Amino acid sequence: MARLQTPAELEELRKQILSTRDPNKPCITLCSGSACNASGSREVAAALEEEIAKQGLTTDVDIRKTGCHGYCERGPIIVIHPEKIAYFQIKPEDVPEIITETIQGKKVVERLLYTDPATDEKIVHEHDIPFYKNQERIVFGSNSSVDPKSIDDYLAIGGYSALAKALSAMTPEGVLQEVKKANLRGRGGGGFPAGVKWEGTRNAADPIKYVIVNADEGDPGAYMDRSLLEGNPHAVLEGLTIGAYAVGAHEGYIYVRQEYPLAVENVFTAIRQAEEHGLLGENILGTGFNFKVIIHQGAGAFVCGESTALMTALEGRAGEPRPKYIRSNIVGLWGRPSVLNNVETWANVPLIINKGADWFTAIGTETSKGTKIFSLVGKITNTGLVEVPMGTPLRDIIFKIGGGIPGGKKFKAVQTGGPSGGCLPEELLDLPVGFDELTKAGSMMGSGGMIVMDEDTCMPDVARYFLEFLTDESCGKCVPCREGMRQMLKLLTNITKGKGKEGDIELLEQL
Amino acid sequence: MDNEKIDQIVDKYHGEPSYLIQVLLDIQSEHHWLPKEALERVAEKLNVPMTRVQHIATFYKAFSLVPKGRHEIHICLGTACHVRGAPRVLDTVQELIGIKPGETDLDLKFSLQTVNCLGCCALGPVLEIDGKTHGKMAPAQMAEVLKNYE
Ligand SMILES: Cc1cc2nc3c(=O)[nH]c(=O)nc-3n(C[C@H](O)[C@H](O)[C@H](O)COP(=O)(O)O)c2cc1C
Ligand code: FES
Repeated sequence: MARLQTPAELEELRKQILSTRDPNKPCITLCSGSACNASGSREVAAALEEEIAKQGLTTDVDIRKTGCHGYCERGPIIVIHPEKIAYFQIKPEDVPEIITETIQGKKVVERLLYTDPATDEKIVHEHDIPFYKNQERIVFGSNSSVDPKSIDDYLAIGGYSALAKALSAMTPEGVLQEVKKANLRGRGGGGFPAGVKWEGTRNAADPIKYVIVNADEGDPGAYMDRSLLEGNPHAVLEGLTIGAYAVGAHEGYIYVRQEYPLAVENVFTAIRQAEEHGLLGENILGTGFNFKVIIHQGAGAFVCGESTALMTALEGRAGEPRPKYIRSNIVGLWGRPSVLNNVETWANVPLIINKGADWFTAIGTETSKGTKIFSLVGKITNTGLVEVPMGTPLRDIIFKIGGGIPGGKKFKAVQTGGPSGGCLPEELLDLPVGFDELTKAGSMMGSGGMIVMDEDTCMPDVARYFLEFLTDESCGKCVPCREGMRQMLKLLTNITKGKGKEGDIELLEQL
Repeated sequence: MDNEKIDQIVDKYHGEPSYLIQVLLDIQSEHHWLPKEALERVAEKLNVPMTRVQHIATFYKAFSLVPKGRHEIHICLGTACHVRGAPRVLDTVQELIGIKPGETDLDLKFSLQTVNCLGCCALGPVLEIDGKTHGKMAPAQMAEVLKNYE
């Protein structure tokens, strides 16, 4: 592949890719994210290839191994295009029937379809299934149409057009203003406006600046960042490159947590492909802008997800947070101005540049714009990743999309915001999700973990679980956190063991 | 682990001291633990003080300063797995192989570790043995699963 020299050449290449793709040619997409791999997706892929060859269809059918579709509860998932017939929980032995009946015979295999539990009706198309129908998947949706190892797939859905637009038709200042106007707030926990953070870095005097992706995903029980990086790594790279252009950085880092080997592999491949295409490296698209990206694997420590600790880890030292009064967008990695944003935050950037801040701000609430991906887990019928507009009531997420509590049990509470977040009971289910709304209710948005608990879940046990986690992971630098949590843990452990004393609860509240 | 192998890994990162963690990760994944001699070699090659290497090797959970078993079991205790009964799976495994998290048995057959979220929450409780994920684990299944490892 010769490096693309101009934005026009990129468009030319895109046209060429699209012209070789017949939209009417049967294409089988198979979900191959980490969860589906664990449910046997690799074996299904092998069976598909074998059966297609056996029936002499190798040139007539395409197979695309995509990232996570989000509906992990029902994986592995197959979608057959162009009809978009969706089959769930596929096993290798189902494959011959699918090829014979659906690909050759153009008939639907009823038993592999989704059955709506409410009406007992079979649903043929993925987008009609309640789990998907009630979502708005602007960031996450592309996962199901690209093979993360294929840059052509990403280009075919318009990939890197936002980068081309930013580099050729916008000034760095213009890009920054657009992101600021979109009021894109950080998806990693704090909800800090990305544009404001970028501006601080851009205006800092030091000529050497860095941009960083936080893919540490420390919240235990959340995996949207993993699925984005694994399933659509080019989208994150494109966002990061646009950010680098806006703030004037020429070097970027992706800090990926160690437990995510497939994410590391796919990002690595994506970086190489982007470099080969001239979408990364020296003189990107012939515009004179240089940018390179380095992957850094974490080594397991929750505290490294915190911005300053992450930066010390990038420097090859023990990841210990630094005092907060030093602002890392001014004095960050190696003492240079550095923008650190979450995976999902970066993945939103190309959309904002392509469709504009006005489009973005039309989605969401007054103070929280766009969508948010949640990791819906726990005692819930449809475990998986869901993306909804900010402002969607919790009730809709849990009952309409999540399908409610399994086994006819009663809903008790939903925990949001990760270990440092809080629990929201039944009375607060109509709360619209948004950064400020959740904080006001005593919890927080966090990175998007949402753990549903039913009547059988013991709340003090869950509280103790999170405390145990935090006590283990506390870096021990600040006394209130180190000592206070140890005391809280002691009290809570007693309560869960049925040995709580009067006054314990009051003492906990004080702490 | 011989020095040649370590040098190769260090060279892969151009001997940059800031890649210390990456170098140690590579050695750990190749050798399953970090012997003192290996750490000394890394310190020398990357030109960083031994105290710093040691600090890193003890700070991060991914590293082990003692030999590990032939099979590494990682049990997920992430929130999703926790509410779906992971603690009971962990208890069963501990009973079956006779070690606690962070330990290795005397035959060097298994090492046991707990982790937070393997990204397969829909399949909880989840555990990983030598990198292969096993989902929807029930305590009663554990003996059967572990039997496959020698
Ligand atoms: C203890 C601790 C752990 C954190 N872990 C993560 C994490 O795993 N992923 C993440 O994106 N942000 C995490 N954060 C938030 C980061 O410090 C930082 O605010 C964020 O990455 C900035 O990106 P954003 O503005 O795009 O959200 C953590 C913060 C703290 C205090
Ligand atoms: S909590 Fe166990 S895989 Fe996510």
